[in-house]
Amino acid sequence: MFLYHIYLIPLFPAIGAAIMFFFGRRLQKATVSAVCVGTIVLAFLMACGAVWQYPDYARANPEKHGYEKILYTWLGSGTGQTSFTTQLGTEAEFHADAGFLLDPLSSIWLLFVTGVGMLIHIYSTGYMAHEGGYYRFFGYLNLFMFSMLTLILANNYVLMFVGWEGVGLCSYLLIGFYFHRKSATDAASKAFIVNRIGDAGFILGMFFIVGIFGTLRFSEVTKLARAGHFSPETLGYITAATLLLFVGACGKSAQLPLYVWLPDAMEGPTPVSALIHAATMVTAGVYMVARSNALFVLAPKSMMVVAIVGALTAIFAASIGLVQNDIKRVLAYSTVSQLGYMFLALGVGAFSAGVFHVFTHAFFKALLFLGAGSVIHAMSGEQDMRNMGGLAGKIPVTYRTMLVATLAIAGIPILAGFFSKDEILWQAWQKSPYLWAIGFATALMTAFYMFRLIYLTFWSPSRVASHEIEHHIHESPKSMTVPLVILAFFSFTAGWLGWPASLGGSNQFEKFLEPVFATHVEAAEAPAAPEEGPRSTEYLLMFLSVAAAGTGWFLASLAYGNANKGYIEPIAAAAPPVYDVLLNKYYVDEAYDYTITGRRKLGDVRLGVLGLGAASAWFDTNVVDGAVNAAGWITRITSTFSAWWDKWIIDGVGVNGPAILARMLSYPARLFEWGLVQWYALVMTAGLVGFVFYYVYH
Amino acid sequence: MDALLHISTLHYLVLSAALFLLGVIGVLTRRNVVIVLMSIELILNAVNLNLVAFSRYWQGAAGHFGGPTALHGQVFAIFVITDAAAEAAVGLGILIAFFRNKETVNVDEVNLLKW
Repeated sequence: MFLYHIYLIPLFPAIGAAIMFFFGRRLQKATVSAVCVGTIVLAFLMACGAVWQYPDYARANPEKHGYEKILYTWLGSGTGQTSFTTQLGTEAEFHADAGFLLDPLSSIWLLFVTGVGMLIHIYSTGYMAHEGGYYRFFGYLNLFMFSMLTLILANNYVLMFVGWEGVGLCSYLLIGFYFHRKSATDAASKAFIVNRIGDAGFILGMFFIVGIFGTLRFSEVTKLARAGHFSPETLGYITAATLLLFVGACGKSAQLPLYVWLPDAMEGPTPVSALIHAATMVTAGVYMVARSNALFVLAPKSMMVVAIVGALTAIFAASIGLVQNDIKRVLAYSTVSQLGYMFLALGVGAFSAGVFHVFTHAFFKALLFLGAGSVIHAMSGEQDMRNMGGLAGKIPVTYRTMLVATLAIAGIPILAGFFSKDEILWQAWQKSPYLWAIGFATALMTAFYMFRLIYLTFWSPSRVASHEIEHHIHESPKSMTVPLVILAFFSFTAGWLGWPASLGGSNQFEKFLEPVFATHVEAAEAPAAPEEGPRSTEYLLMFLSVAAAGTGWFLASLAYGNANKGYIEPIAAAAPPVYDVLLNKYYVDEAYDYTITGRRKLGDVRLGVLGLGAASAWFDTNVVDGAVNAAGWITRITSTFSAWWDKWIIDGVGVNGPAILARMLSYPARLFEWGLVQWYALVMTAGLVGFVFYYVYH
Repeated sequence: MDALLHISTLHYLVLSAALFLLGVIGVLTRRNVVIVLMSIELILNAVNLNLVAFSRYWQGAAGHFGGPTALHGQVFAIFVITDAAAEAAVGLGILIAFFRNKETVNVDEVNLLKW
C-alpha cells in the first residue's frame, strides 16, 4: 500500500508549500509549524512504510531492480513520425514518464532526506521563532522537500532534472531569505548562476544519453548499458555523456571548479545550511553519478576524472577550512571537502562506499550545522569563533552533541564517519596510492580543523566580546535540542550498518545496495577484488587513519588549548604567506572575478562576462547605433526635402496658386457688392428708367 | 377749364405717377426700414390707383377688356392690397428679428451677407 502510493511522498510537502503560498500570510505561527512539519512527518512515515515494504516486493520480483510506479506519460512525441536512430542502431522516440522508482539507492536517500529533513523542520520551529517571514521560510522548506523527493524518486533523467532545478530554485530562495542584506542576495545569485553552468552540463549529458540509448528511463539505460557490447565510437559518446553529467554533479555538489557558491551560501539561515547545503541537496550530484553507475563503469576516463576532481576538492577545501574564523564557513568548507571524498569513492568504483559516506555525512554534518546554529543562537548572532570560547559548560546539550559529530567526522572508531571514510580510503588505496595519500592528508586536516572549531568554541578560555553577550548565553529550547540529540544518536550509530567484514561485521549496507551497483561482466572483476585484498594492509590503513585523526586532535589541542584573546594561529606563525593564501581561499573568487565574471579589470582590459558585455555595449553604441543613426539621418534629410517640396511646390503652387488667382480675379467683381441695399435699388431704378427711355424714344 | 374740372383718366394717371415717384424716392433715400416699407406701400397704392383708373376707363367701352361688367382692374387692386398686407407682415417680422440682433433699424447697417 505504501509502495503503491509512493507518489504521495513528494506530494505531501507540495501540498504544504501550496498552503503556505496561498494562505500562509494569514496563518498563525503555530498553524504554519503544524502544517509544514506535519507534511514532512507524513512524508517520512510514508517513506518508512515504502522502504519497509520494498524487500518483500524485491523477493517477489527478483528479475526487477526496483519498484517502478509510472503514473502517466509526461512528455512523449509518440506519433511514430519523430523517431530517430540511436547509436545502438535501434529506432527510438523521445519519451519521459511521470514515474517513480524505489530501489535500494533511492531508499537510502529517501530515508535520510525525510528523516533529517523532519528533524531540521522541527529545529527550525525553534530557531526561526523570532524571525520575520516565518511562513515564507517554511513554505520554501516544504517546496525544497518536494523538489528533493522528486529528484530522488524520479525514474528518469528528465523528471530528476525537474527536481534538480527545483532544489536549485529553493536553494536560491533560501540563501537569499534575508533579502534586505545585499550579501545574501549576492550569494543567492552566485549559487544560482554557478549551478546553471552545471545544469547545462546535465542537459547536454541527457542529450547524449538519449542519442546513445534512445531512452532516459534509469532502468532501461542501466539494462542496455550492462548488456551491450559497444563499439569504441559509442564508448567515446558514453565517456562524453558521463563527463557532462559529472559537470552537472560538480555544480550541484560543489566540486572544483564550481564549488565557489557553497561557502557563500552560508548567508542563508542556519537550518537551511544544514538541510540544503550539508545533508541533502549537495549530495544530489553524488546521487546522480551513483544512479548512472552503469554508464560510468563503461567510461574509465570519466571515472578517473571523477576520482581526481574529488580528491583535489577534498584536500583543497580542507586546507581552506584550516584557517577560517566564521564557524559556518569552516563547516561549509568541510562539506565541500567531504563531498570530495564521496566523489573520490565514486571515481574509484566504490559506489557503495561513496553512498555510505553520503548517508553518515548527512547525520553528522546536519548535526554540526544545527549545533553551530544553536551556538550562534546562544551568542546572540555572533559567528566569529575568535569571539567565542568556554561555551562547553553553558550550553551542555549543544556541546555534547557537537562533540559527537566532531568525533564522527574526524573518523574516531565506532562512530559513523570512521566506517565510511575508512571504506573510501581503503578502496582508494587499491586504485592508486596517490589518491589514498591525498585522502589521508585530508583526513588529518579534517581532524585538525574540526577540533580547532571545538577548542575555539567550547574548550578554550572565553573570549566573548561583551558582558552583555556573555550574560545572555543560554541553552536553546527543546525544539532545537531534541533534534540535536536524535542526530547525535545516529551520528554515533549510523556507521554500524556498514561494519566491514575485516572487523567481524558483514557490511549490510553494501549488501543492500548490491542490486544497484552490480556491474556487468567485464567490469565485475575490479570491484570484486577488494574482498580478496590483504587484510594486513587494510588494518594498517585503518590504524593510520585513526592515527591521523588523533594527530589532528593533538595538534589542535597544542595550538588552541589555551587560546586567549589575541591568540596566534600556528600556520600564520610558521608560514605567513601560506596563511594569507589559505585565509583568502587561494584567491579563487578573485581569479574568477578577473577572468570569468570580469568584475575586476586585468590591467586596463576587462575579461569575462562583464568584458563581453562591455565589448557588446561598445559594438552596440558604435556600430549598431551608428547604423541606426545613419538611417535616421538619411530619413531626416529626405524628409526635409520632402517637406520643402510639399510646402512650396504642392501647397504653394498646386493648392494655393488657384486660390490666389481666384481671389485676385474676384476684386473687380467685389466692387459691385458694396452692401447698401438702397444703392442696388437706385441702380435697378436707373436701369428701369433707362430701358423705358430707350424703348419709348427709340 | 373744362379739362381741369372734368376729372379724366389722365388725372388719375398723373396722381398715380406722382405717388409712385414719391414712393420710389422714399425707398431710395430713407434709411429707416419702417419708412422704406411705408414707401413701398405708397408704390403699391400708386399701382392700385392705376388699376382702378383703367378699370373705370374700360367700363362700358367695346373691345376685349370692355363691357358693363369690366371689373378686372378693381379685382386686381384687391389682390394687391392683400399682397401688400402680407408683404408688410413678412417685412416687419424680418425687421423685428433684425432689430433683436443689431438693435437698429437703419438699412445701411443691414450688411450681414456682404463679403
